[in-house]
Amino acid sequence: MGSYAMCIHYELMLHGLFLLNQLIKMKLSKYFLALLCPIILLSACKKNNDEVIAETKGSFSMEFENQVNGNPLILNTSTYKNAKNEDFKISVFKYYVSNIKLSKADGSTYLIPESYFLIDASKDDSKNIALKDVPAGDYTKIEYTIGVDYARNFAGAQTGALDPINGMFWTWNSGYIFVKLEGTSPVSTAAGNALTFHIGGVVDPNNTIRTFSTEINAANPLRIRSDKKPNMHFMVNAAALFTGKTDVSFASLNFTMGGANSVIVANNYANGLFKLDHIHN
Amino acid sequence: MFNKLKIIAVLLFSIAMMYACSKNNGEIKPAEKVVTFTQPTNFPAPVYNFEDNKLTNAGFLLGKKLFYEARLSADKSVSCGSCHQQFAAFTQLDHKVSHGVNNCQGKRNTPPLFNLAWQKAYFWDGGVKNLETSPLNAITDACEMGTDIQQIIDFLKSTAPYPDLFKQAFGSTEINSQLILKSFAQFTGVLVSANSKYDQVMRKENGAFFSTAEQAGYNLFKQKCISCHPEPLFTDLTYRSNGLDVSGTDEGRATITGVSTDLGKFRVPTLRNIEYTSPYMHDGRFYSLDEVLEHYNSGVKSSINLDPVLKSGIPLSPTEKEQIKAFLKTLTDNEFIKNTLYSES
Repeated sequence: MGSYAMCIHYELMLHGLFLLNQLIKMKLSKYFLALLCPIILLSACKKNNDEVIAETKGSFSMEFENQVNGNPLILNTSTYKNAKNEDFKISVFKYYVSNIKLSKADGSTYLIPESYFLIDASKDDSKNIALKDVPAGDYTKIEYTIGVDYARNFAGAQTGALDPINGMFWTWNSGYIFVKLEGTSPVSTAAGNALTFHIGGVVDPNNTIRTFSTEINAANPLRIRSDKKPNMHFMVNAAALFTGKTDVSFASLNFTMGGANSVIVANNYANGLFKLDHIHN
Repeated sequence: MFNKLKIIAVLLFSIAMMYACSKNNGEIKPAEKVVTFTQPTNFPAPVYNFEDNKLTNAGFLLGKKLFYEARLSADKSVSCGSCHQQFAAFTQLDHKVSHGVNNCQGKRNTPPLFNLAWQKAYFWDGGVKNLETSPLNAITDACEMGTDIQQIIDFLKSTAPYPDLFKQAFGSTEINSQLILKSFAQFTGVLVSANSKYDQVMRKENGAFFSTAEQAGYNLFKQKCISCHPEPLFTDLTYRSNGLDVSGTDEGRATITGVSTDLGKFRVPTLRNIEYTSPYMHDGRFYSLDEVLEHYNSGVKSSINLDPVLKSGIPLSPTEKEQIKAFLKTLTDNEFIKNTLYSES
């Protein structure tokens, strides 16, 4: 009786009430239905198996080479010049890369889930990030958020790259510092000639979320295969915070933690901070 | 015969052992009552829910223990509970502003803690947007607990019984900022005050009814106060200037938004338990409800962003003041103030 009931259930599911009624009208015996049942069950199993065949996936990495106007970024010791020809040194340089999205030539896209990374110039292992389980294919465009999307700024307690322990979360005004650059400049009027650039904030008019996007040379796209681990090499120019749309003088702007001045800096680095240099496929 | 006695003795012994075991188990789990979060029938749906932070007795008890743990602060002198005292509805009695580590005086009055699950933002300026991340502000403020989350993690990892308590609450001895903050939220989110005389009158419970003065006060309240302090939370959670100063020293909401039209605005505070949350205003300048009501009657100054509804103040006769005060005292929830579930120890 149980198997008969189960069979009817499958019949209902697979062929509809109409067919069942037809069968009953035709006075087909229970035994015939019982016989039909395993066949339907088997065919259902077969169908599931078809679905199990997964699309091929692969992994790749993104490497961030921190520089200042073409020179290697060396924390604390090297002296650099901004667009106003003012000397400065960098002691802290950290930034978020999140919501990495890949596009194919046909316009289809793949957003890498939970892709939140904090790159810290003082930590070598943070400069090379690994991305896994990406559907195979040739990708001709990559884009990502410089910072953290709106929702996560106001979400509950996070972990991993977004853990407040990383010193990139404002405790008094919820939200992440997207880009943090600290250092000194002799022209800075702040105590100790300090430079403090904590760029963040997601509420208009001081929204600093910026998206970086770059086409990938179609002749050498990002080739995701199950047996390859391509590497994308990005140049990151820390001096881009201070030039581009507005040349920043450290005499007048040497401290910002969100607000209108952070927007000036974000507008500068939106286009100049990252450059895709090459891909090792 | 001897054998029989031996068997009975063994049986009795094992029963005794079982009893002892069960007694031990009872000691490990001191909370008999299951801690729950319930939406009061006269309240709207909460903003914070426990879907992503499953409420358990162990999680709640850990959050409570952390709340009362002074060793979390820089000089081990101040816990959350130091400035959020239960008998004052979890604000700090007789302190104009919060009093933190190294005798440092903060710049604003400690807000009371209850019905937090209905708030979209926290602190006088609404700077913090999630219940779970709220404690970070007090933890890191140099004038409050003056520490950082890494020091707290290090302390908890090396201090019994915390690793065990985290295991009971979250299934692992792993201690990280996320679990610390989630356990805090299991305690602070459960602090619901909704059993004042007012609530009982509204819900028609226990035959509660307003006295003549209270009813008159309620009628006046609905005419004169409710636009900023709507029921049932008694705040609309907006930011307004109530004309305390012509030009104040605290930028208030503008600290967060950077917008000049927010200068000197602060979050409208709830009036629940107001009998116990003295002193009043963001800087704790008024010690009594009489002073507060007299401010609205005669003291409203033309601040740059003064709320339009207060342009002419709120004229109140002495009788009206007494009636409003009588009503405000019906917002006192003694069951909440005295609930041992929320108390230290």
